[in-house]
Amino acid sequence: MRIALFATCIVDAMYPDTAIATVKILERLGHQVIFPPGQACCGQMHMNSGYLEQAHTVVSNHVRAFEEQDWDVAVAPSGSCVASVKDQHPLVATRCGDDSLASRATAVGQRTYELSQLLTDVLGVTDAAAQLGSYFPHEVTYHPSCHGMRLLGLGTRQSDLLRSVEGLSYRELPDAESCCGFGGTFSMKVPDVSGAMLEDKARNIDSTGAELCTGGDASCLLHIGGGLSRLKLGARTVHLAEILASTREEPLVINHEKEATR
Amino acid sequence: MSTVNLGMPRVRAEGNLFEETPFADYAREELKNTQLRANLAHATHSIRDKRLRVVSELPDWEQLRDAGSAVKESVMADLPALLEEFEANFTARGGVIHWARDADEANRIVTDLIREQGADEVVKVKSMATQEIGLNEHLAEQGISAFETDLAELIVQLGHDTPSHILVPAIHKNREEIRDIFLKEMGDVDPNLDSEPAHLAEAARKHLRAKFLSAKVAISGANFGIAETGTLAVVESEGNGRMCLTLPETLITVMGIEKLLPKASDLEAFMQLLPRSSTGERMNPYTSMWTGAAHDDGPQNVHLVLLDNGRTNALADVHGRSALHCIRCSACMNVCPVYERAGGHAYGSTYPGPIGAILSPLLTGVDKAENGTLPYASSLCGACYVACPVKINIPEILVHLRGEDVEARRKRSKRPTEMDLVMKGAEWAFSKGSHLGLAEKGLPLGRVAAGRDGKIKKLPGHLLGGWTQFRDVPAPPKRSFRDWWAKEHKDSSGPGPSGPDAAGQEGGQA
Amino acid sequence: MSTAREEILGRIRDALADAPVAPEVPREYRRAGTLDEAGRVEQLVDRLEDYKAGVQVVTADRVPAAIAAHLRGAESFVTPEGLGAEWLGELEQDERRRVDKPGQRLSVTELDATSAVVTASKVTVSESGTIILDASPDQGRRAITLVPDHHVCIVPASTVVQLLPEAMERLDITHPLTWISGPSATSDIELERVEGVHGPRTLDVLIVSDR
Repeated sequence: MRIALFATCIVDAMYPDTAIATVKILERLGHQVIFPPGQACCGQMHMNSGYLEQAHTVVSNHVRAFEEQDWDVAVAPSGSCVASVKDQHPLVATRCGDDSLASRATAVGQRTYELSQLLTDVLGVTDAAAQLGSYFPHEVTYHPSCHGMRLLGLGTRQSDLLRSVEGLSYRELPDAESCCGFGGTFSMKVPDVSGAMLEDKARNIDSTGAELCTGGDASCLLHIGGGLSRLKLGARTVHLAEILASTREEPLVINHEKEATR
Repeated sequence: MSTVNLGMPRVRAEGNLFEETPFADYAREELKNTQLRANLAHATHSIRDKRLRVVSELPDWEQLRDAGSAVKESVMADLPALLEEFEANFTARGGVIHWARDADEANRIVTDLIREQGADEVVKVKSMATQEIGLNEHLAEQGISAFETDLAELIVQLGHDTPSHILVPAIHKNREEIRDIFLKEMGDVDPNLDSEPAHLAEAARKHLRAKFLSAKVAISGANFGIAETGTLAVVESEGNGRMCLTLPETLITVMGIEKLLPKASDLEAFMQLLPRSSTGERMNPYTSMWTGAAHDDGPQNVHLVLLDNGRTNALADVHGRSALHCIRCSACMNVCPVYERAGGHAYGSTYPGPIGAILSPLLTGVDKAENGTLPYASSLCGACYVACPVKINIPEILVHLRGEDVEARRKRSKRPTEMDLVMKGAEWAFSKGSHLGLAEKGLPLGRVAAGRDGKIKKLPGHLLGGWTQFRDVPAPPKRSFRDWWAKEHKDSSGPGPSGPDAAGQEGGQA
Repeated sequence: MSTAREEILGRIRDALADAPVAPEVPREYRRAGTLDEAGRVEQLVDRLEDYKAGVQVVTADRVPAAIAAHLRGAESFVTPEGLGAEWLGELEQDERRRVDKPGQRLSVTELDATSAVVTASKVTVSESGTIILDASPDQGRRAITLVPDHHVCIVPASTVVQLLPEAMERLDITHPLTWISGPSATSDIELERVEGVHGPRTLDVLIVSDR
């Protein structure tokens, strides 16, 4: 298949390894990956903060960037961005009275998938060790980000893939479905409540004894990782794409030296 | 604009609907109250589990929700005709209907009805609507004592406090605090009263029984009004509702205009949705229904005050009107991680939690008091939408109201806020791939700022500073993804690892 | 000058100027039960025991004795006028009996001094353990099942349905209705459920079945 990668703004700027890992996984499965260069952001930041007209600009760019290229499916390593593309883009367009953009956005959205959705539903990957060569001998706990879980209905797709990674020791996270407190600009506008939610999430992660917390949304992981670091708890965060891309030949090395000591 | 142009001016909503302190500030203070947080965490987690249990035992829960949502939507679409139908049926059976445009008018109507009976005290069944209009306070000013009879409302009233939760208004009080309130404020109480919940309930029973048996006038709300028959329904647990609805001669009910259901048979769905969502029971202990005045049975002087008080404002908001579908079950606040930590008082209004964050500004307008801060009291996690028995898309309405708030602020002040500037910058960066690429050229500065331990501890400004109040920020990477793609990714149409980093890569997020 | 009624209705009509269309209501939830009578009775017993009501399953001929047993120790009991020898047997002549009927209504004070009340019921939902009274002559006006502290309620098995939609079909909701699903309770104190606030603190149910 010809797969268009939507890196997402935060991964593009802050966590390129997540997108690199996504490319590797898909190429390993024999697909061709393209990167529509016009892409930038899904626009949820503007949308969710009430900046509708500015969201319209960002949505228009996204739709145009992906229409410009020829592909079978598009994929993003982010549940919230894919939910935004699928559900919010047509809504933003309609609310701004741009019906033509609405139908174009719907068309793009219909062929856009979150990574675990694509792997499980379209590419038939159920056993990461066998089909991707995934190898990651570490203790890992998993946080299911809200939008992927509730808006995309990802269910156990992500945790199933993780459990099928060779060597991975899966630790169940207490109160896993509780929001980590990121919520985009919520984390800055209502920082104390966000911080309280973050602390609970971080302590739950700490209680599992896992070295790492993974998930499918880099923004949540940035927030959670930032909290773990500030609270000087040992665990770190890593996106599940990087775990899936880790193999015996090219293992993902977790660098513990840079970690703050307890 | 998503609001329909009204021929007549918006009604001014009044009463206890106003957040006077910006939510973030109020929440910050409430977070310091560890007793409250402990009570709330315990309470909300317990109800969550109960609700999940009784909801998952039904094979047709989602179908019930679908029906509930559609019925409520049809009510809003046909509201004028349904109200007229209800009115005709209720009055045909001896009930009297009054219409109140706002809280003031409702309070005046109720006061006059009480005075007509020559009464100076009334017993009350818990009612959100009467809390909303501030009825008790108004009656007190008029020399009429209103005795709350729900245990939690009684606790709140005796404690000179305000409710913090729709369903369990005294959830912020533990048993010792309640015992202390009773000892201090209940005239006839046993001085050796302990804090056993059963004994506290017994004390309340004794205290209230005499009132019930002698009351001449009762005031209630209503959970549902059935248009087809003119029937009102009150759903309760303690029996104080039955006492108030059955024993006095005069019954005055206050109900929002949106609380109708079209047909008697609609109760078959709603009386499954409501109890399971609110108290997490298959059915609540007592439900009473009455249609006007029943011959030789119960109150003969039966009144209903239909209340607008901003509901028509909400109705006019095309993208917000589904908030009026709410059946006041409180499932949303029981699953809300923000409500769990901030508590109900932080929302400032009779309606707290997720539903309050949308309903209060819809009733009053986002530009009144600090109601414009309420739509931001959410991380948009969506748990409320999953729990809502009538499928109100609360996150979508929150985002819609944020848009209304941004627009209202823009109209009020030409000076951009910090958020406006951040958004403008981001819009530029995200409007083109090349712009984002350009913005990313600034990343190396972040690496410098992060220093040797690779962490940024403090960001400038009020907003970004809020981020680093609780979190470290990792050092930005050496190059962005699009840089890597352009320079290092070897375009291949086949499998296999690519590039010089085939030997292994450093990972994990610092 | 327009009245409040005209203003409110006018405002509503204006608010709906976008002419929203009432959607088709999907009724895919269960509307017919699958349990037979024995199954429904069993389910009802389970629910009643769960909310700590007293429950017995008796044949029709045993009903008077069962009621009498519950009334042992009661100083007085009230019955609605439509409850007769069929269910009461000899209790019909019991000197402790008070009949609440038109022209002979018990005052609130008299009801408060009455130990118990015995009534029939209209329809009962086994799934939720909900007994519905509709003020028919064999159930009486609402006050009599509210004020006395002990309610003995007769539920013929033929009036037990499994699901609420089935019950709604049998009800005329313009009658004053009381739905009972347990003795009164509150969870207002730290969410701990406490039974017996107002309303009868003891509920004894007699399910009448010929099995």
